[in-house]
This record gives sequence, C-alpha cells and structure tokens, in this order.
Amino acid sequence: MTKLLEIKDLHVSIGGTEIIHGIDLSIGAGEVHAIMGTNGSGKSTLTKAIAGHPDYEITRGDILLKGKSILADEPEDRARAGIFLAFQYPVEIPGVSNMYFLRAALNAQRKARGEAEVSGADFLALIKEKAKLMDIDAGLLNRSVNEGFSGGEKKRNEILQLAVLEPTLAVLDETDSGLDIDALKTVANGVNSLRDSKRSFLLVTHYQRLLNHIKPDFVHVLLDGRLVKSGGPELALELEEKGYAWLEQTV
Amino acid sequence: MSKETIQSLAEAEYKHGWVSNVDADQLPPGLSEDIVRAISAKKNEPEWLTEWRLKAYRHWLTMTEPEWQKPKYPKIDYQGIIYYSAPKKKPTVTSLNEVDPELLETFEKLGISLDEQKRLTGVAVDAVFDSVSVKTTFREELSKQGIIFCSFSEAVTDHPEIVRKHLGSVVPFTDNYFAALNSAVFSDGSFCYIPPGVRCPMELSTYFRINSAGTGQFERTLLIADEGAYVSYLEGCTAPQRDENQLHAAVVELVALKGAHIKYSTVQNWYPGDKDGKGGVFNFVTKRGLAHENAKVSWTQVETGSAITWKYPSCILRGDNSVGEFYSVAMTRDRQMADTGTKMIHIGRNTRSTIISKGISAGHGDQTYRGQVKILKGATGARNFSACDSLLLGDKCGAHTFPYIESQNSTAVIEHEASTSKISDEQVFFLRQRGLSEEDAVSMIVNGFCKDVLSELPMEFAVEAQKLLGLKLEGAVG
Ligand SMILES: Nc1ncnc2c1ncn2[C@@H]1O[C@H](COP(=O)(O)OP(=O)(O)OP(=O)(O)O)[C@@H](O)[C@H]1O
Ligand SMILES: [Mg+2]
Repeated sequence: MTKLLEIKDLHVSIGGTEIIHGIDLSIGAGEVHAIMGTNGSGKSTLTKAIAGHPDYEITRGDILLKGKSILADEPEDRARAGIFLAFQYPVEIPGVSNMYFLRAALNAQRKARGEAEVSGADFLALIKEKAKLMDIDAGLLNRSVNEGFSGGEKKRNEILQLAVLEPTLAVLDETDSGLDIDALKTVANGVNSLRDSKRSFLLVTHYQRLLNHIKPDFVHVLLDGRLVKSGGPELALELEEKGYAWLEQTV
Repeated sequence: MSKETIQSLAEAEYKHGWVSNVDADQLPPGLSEDIVRAISAKKNEPEWLTEWRLKAYRHWLTMTEPEWQKPKYPKIDYQGIIYYSAPKKKPTVTSLNEVDPELLETFEKLGISLDEQKRLTGVAVDAVFDSVSVKTTFREELSKQGIIFCSFSEAVTDHPEIVRKHLGSVVPFTDNYFAALNSAVFSDGSFCYIPPGVRCPMELSTYFRINSAGTGQFERTLLIADEGAYVSYLEGCTAPQRDENQLHAAVVELVALKGAHIKYSTVQNWYPGDKDGKGGVFNFVTKRGLAHENAKVSWTQVETGSAITWKYPSCILRGDNSVGEFYSVAMTRDRQMADTGTKMIHIGRNTRSTIISKGISAGHGDQTYRGQVKILKGATGARNFSACDSLLLGDKCGAHTFPYIESQNSTAVIEHEASTSKISDEQVFFLRQRGLSEEDAVSMIVNGFCKDVLSELPMEFAVEAQKLLGLKLEGAVG
C-alpha cells in the first residue's frame, strides 16, 4: 500500500547552507510519528520543507504525498491537499480577526476541493464546537490572529486551526512547548479526538511528557540533519533518561 | 514573496478603463474669460455667480503653480483642456427611462445601478458624469425631511441663497492654485443641506466619472449640516484608461454648524496610468471642513487610483469642543505617487483631532504623508493624536512621513506615532500554509493593516473598499 507521506533521501538548504543531509521517513495512514532531537538539529527545517516554505531549497531527494511528489506544489496547494503545519512560533496578523481568517482558510480549502463554501452561520456553529474542544475563550476568536496572545494561547490556537481544517497529515512543531499542564492535556485530548485510521501525525517535541498523552507509533531521533535512530514509544523514555550524547557517538 | 507573483501583480489591469459612447456637448478646449462666461451661460447661472467665477479666474492668472509637493509631473497645458463636457441627452431627467441608455450601462458597469442601488441599499446616489450631474435618486423621500440633495447646478437655481452664503466660505478661491482654477470653471458637483436636528436617514453618495477625452473634471461639492444635524456622505470615482493625463481638480466644502456631524468618505479609484506611468489622472483636490461649536467633521478616504494623488482633507476646528478626524488608506503601486495627509487647525477651546493614516506602497509606488497640526493661541485644552503607518511591499517603493506640528498654546497635548514595516514572508507563508493563495494572503495582511480606517467606512462601502484593495494588490506584491 502507498504510504501517506514518503520522504526520500531529502536534502534541504537554507541560503546555500545544507541543514538536512539526507532523510528517509515513511508515514502510513493513521500513524503517529514523533521526532525528537537537539536544538538546531533541523526539526523545524524538516517541517517547513514538508509544508513548502519558499526559503527552504530541496537540493536532493523527494517528498511524496499519497505516492505523488509535492516538490513542485506551492504551499497553498500542499495545504489544500491536506498538509497542516502547526508552527513552533506562530506569527501575528494584526487587524485580521481570528474568526475571519479561519473561515477564509477553510473556504479556500473547500473551494479547491470543489466543495461548497461554509456559510457564516454554519461556520459559527463549527468554530464554537471546536473552540470548546480546545478550551479556547470566545474572546480570542474575535481578536486579531495571535496578536497579543500568550505563548500558550498561540499554541492552542494552532490546534484550533487544525481541528477546523481537518487535514490528513498534521505536522506539529513543538506545540507542547510553553503549555501549562492543563493546556497540555487539553491539546493532547484535542489531537487524540482527531486521530483516526486516515489521519496521520508528525509530532516534533522535546518532551516525553507529551507522548504520555499522545501515544506515538514510532519515535525518531534527528541529530545534525540526519535521522540517527528510530524505534517505538520506549525510545522516547530512553532519551528522557540518557539524553542524546550516546546517540551522537553512534553517528 | 516570489518574483513571479510580484510580476503578475504588477501587471494586473485597471478594471474601469473602458470608454462610454455617450454623445457629449462640449466647449472647445482652452481657458479664457469667454470660456468662463460660456460655462456660466450654459448653466444659466445668475449674475453673481458669473462674477464670482470671473474673479476667481482673474485671481488664478496671478498665481503660479505650486511645486513644493514630492511627486513631480509634466507641465499641464491649461489651454489644451476641455473645461465643459456634458452628456447631450441630459436635459431635465425626471425618470431613469429618460437617461441615455449608454450612460446607464456605464453606471451598471461601475457596479452602480441607480435603480438597484435605490431599492436595495437605501443609498441616495448622485452620479456625476464628466462634469455634469446626471441623476440624483431618492430626492423625494429626502425632501420630506427637508433634506436637499441635488446637483450643484440645481442648487444654484433652486436654493441660491444657501449656495451664495456658503460657496467659498471654507475654501475661498484665493486658497490655492487649483482651488482658484476650480472656482472659475467648475461645471457641476453635488449639493447637500440637512436642516437643524435632522439625522439623514440614509447614506448619501456621489459617483464621479471622467469619460470624454481631453476633459478635466472640476466638480464642486458643498455640504451643509445645520445645527445638530447628521449626515454620512460617500463619493466614488473612476475614469477610463487613456494615454494622456487627465486633471481632476475638485473642491469640497463642508460646513458643520453647532453640534452637527458630517462624515465624509471617499473611495477613489481614478485610472492610475499604465505600469510604466503613462497616462492616469492627476487628482489635485482641495477638501476642507469647518466645524462650529460641538460639531464634528470626519474624513475617511481610501485612495487607490490616480497617477498622482495630491490632497489634504482638512478640518478647521473653529468652535469650542469641536472634533476633527482623518482616517486614510492610500495605496500606490507601479509608478503611482501620492502626497496626501491632512491639516487640523485648532482654533476653539477643547478641540480634539485624530489622524490615522495608513500608506501602502508596492512596485515603484511612492508615498508621502504630510500632516499639519496647528494649535492656535485660543485653543486651550486642545488635543491631537496622530498615527501614521506605512507598509512596504517590495524594495523599490518608498514612504515618507512629514508631520508639521505647531502649537501656540502650552496646554495643548499632541501625540504623534509613526511606523514603517514590511510585509513579512513568514506572515504570508503562514496564511498560504492554511490554504490561502499568495495574493489572498497579501490582501488579507494589507486589509488587516488598514482595519482601523476601513472600519470607519459605512458597512457596504467597507466591503467594496476591501475588494478594491484586493484587486489593486493583484500583481503588485514584491
Ligand atoms: N534562515 C536561516 N538561515 C540560516 N540558517 C538557518 C536558517 N533557519 C534555520 N537555520 C539553521 O538551521 C539549523 C536547524 O534549525 P531548525 O530550526 O530546523 O532547528 P530545530 O531542530 O527545529 O531546533 P529547535 O529544537 O531549537 O527548535 C539551525 O542551526 C539554524 O540556525
Ligand atoms: Mg524548531
């Protein structure tokens, strides 16, 4: 069976400097993969390459979604094809209401899929339900996108977008960083409620704690632009205990 | 942002560039006392107005064209301009059926079906085509409340005493070169009077269009809100695509008597010229409002068109506790230039003014914000707040801010903020990652940037203005 996402011998450069030096990774439908690794090892770079950030140049290798290369696709095409990236550092869009933005995004995606646009009333009902799920205060919905949001609110807002857009591949870049214990549980519950046999997740995290709540099928270790080890959930526990030094020596 | 997007945006076309085939009654090009008299005669004007025009003309002859503005332009040949052009079938239109069908079609194309507009939105419309007002809707309903809303020419005939009292009282013909020229040759415009204590029940609006080749547009708008009255007024403008520059030198005078509130909004989309700067409208307009005691004058403008926009809608805060507001979005792209801003003249005590200016430049667009806040001796307790933000799209455009602050009263409080930012690639990427196209992403960011101003527009026009900004951005992103 074709995998949902296949990354083959991927090399990524930023401004002429190679950051990712050849990564192979396959994610099947419905699977949850976690990526852990030291600061600066290239985790965010990998996520942005998947999402198609124009500054990240793919110098070698390929990324396939459902068997088809997406390298030539614009970021919006990838989004409409079902790839979602929850950013490590969500940006602010002053003057644009969160609600307005989300509806525009949802409708842009629906339109691309040939579906009818969601009416204002239907959207309101939808967002209310999702906001409740993510324990997001209604006030945040009417405020400008991420403007003046606390760190944790920004992260929760990312997951709200995930819940509304319902992608097939959700890439979460350190969504757990900066969340308090309750918020972590809320976000984890939100993610878990979205898990099904078709939707896959790629979680970037520094903490095993998140993986207690969202049980991964696979854990990978990224060091210096390479995946140096893969395993089951127990690998995360091992990392928590031993750190990364022992793996660096195996490189 | 990608080079291609920038390119494609830069090549987006002007959507109102067509020319209507309407028969026009024109005077020969050129300017002289005879032409001024001929215009006045065409309009069957009373003696005093003919004389007023001639005085203005003679004064204009003594003036020299100003040159202090930032955008420079080729010398205007004032003898090459046609100062009067009117659709031929005009005479006394009483119903829409009598309006030249070609003309109606023109307004349909502009998205202003006079009839529809009338029924659906409850907005009263006055349409000015080239120099002449062709149709005013809703007049009967308004007149029941004593509101006068008609073309300037009709006002001269039907309400000469009001016109005579206020014409030139806010913008005298000696004010500046273009105001003098307008005073001599203006051919029509809109007139509005709201009686004491009346709140005008609908938005009043005028659509201006320059159609004929070689014509200038010199309309005059006079709005008077009597004591305690309220009116919200909107003007929209477009022009066909022509290779030569066209001059638009209008004058707008607002008089807000004691406790009155005038809200004046402009959505300006004159033809901006092509991407190399050929053609386009020179939009040199004098707009000023006079606020008496406890009165309020609010200007909101969305300036997206014209090759050169050069104007400073201003407020004279003469009465105590009067309020002036200026909310502006100006967008320049390709070779467009804008030198705009406002003047707030505080004369009365406890006068307050607010200035919010948002400038967006793309391509080779260049913008200057010029704002004058003047607090006179007697303006005890005056306050001003100004915020001027510029957003640059690409690295070939420019933005300049010149605040002029002059205070002769030590109790005045003046605050000024200014910022210049670039649209960030990370913002655009974020929105694209959520499924929006690059153009929609930029448009959303720009609209967000302008929100404080757009939210001042009447609802239905805010939507229009948002769409217009979106259209304007097509291919303008760099
Ligand atoms: N625009 C850029 N120009 C040059 N180098 C960059 C750029 N962006 C990232 N890098 C470098 O690429 C490397 C990988 O960065 P990346 O953000 O992918 O790390 P990360 O694994 O996500 O780290 P963290 O755990 O701290 O989030 C870092 O050394 C970083 O400095
Ligand atoms: Mg990172």
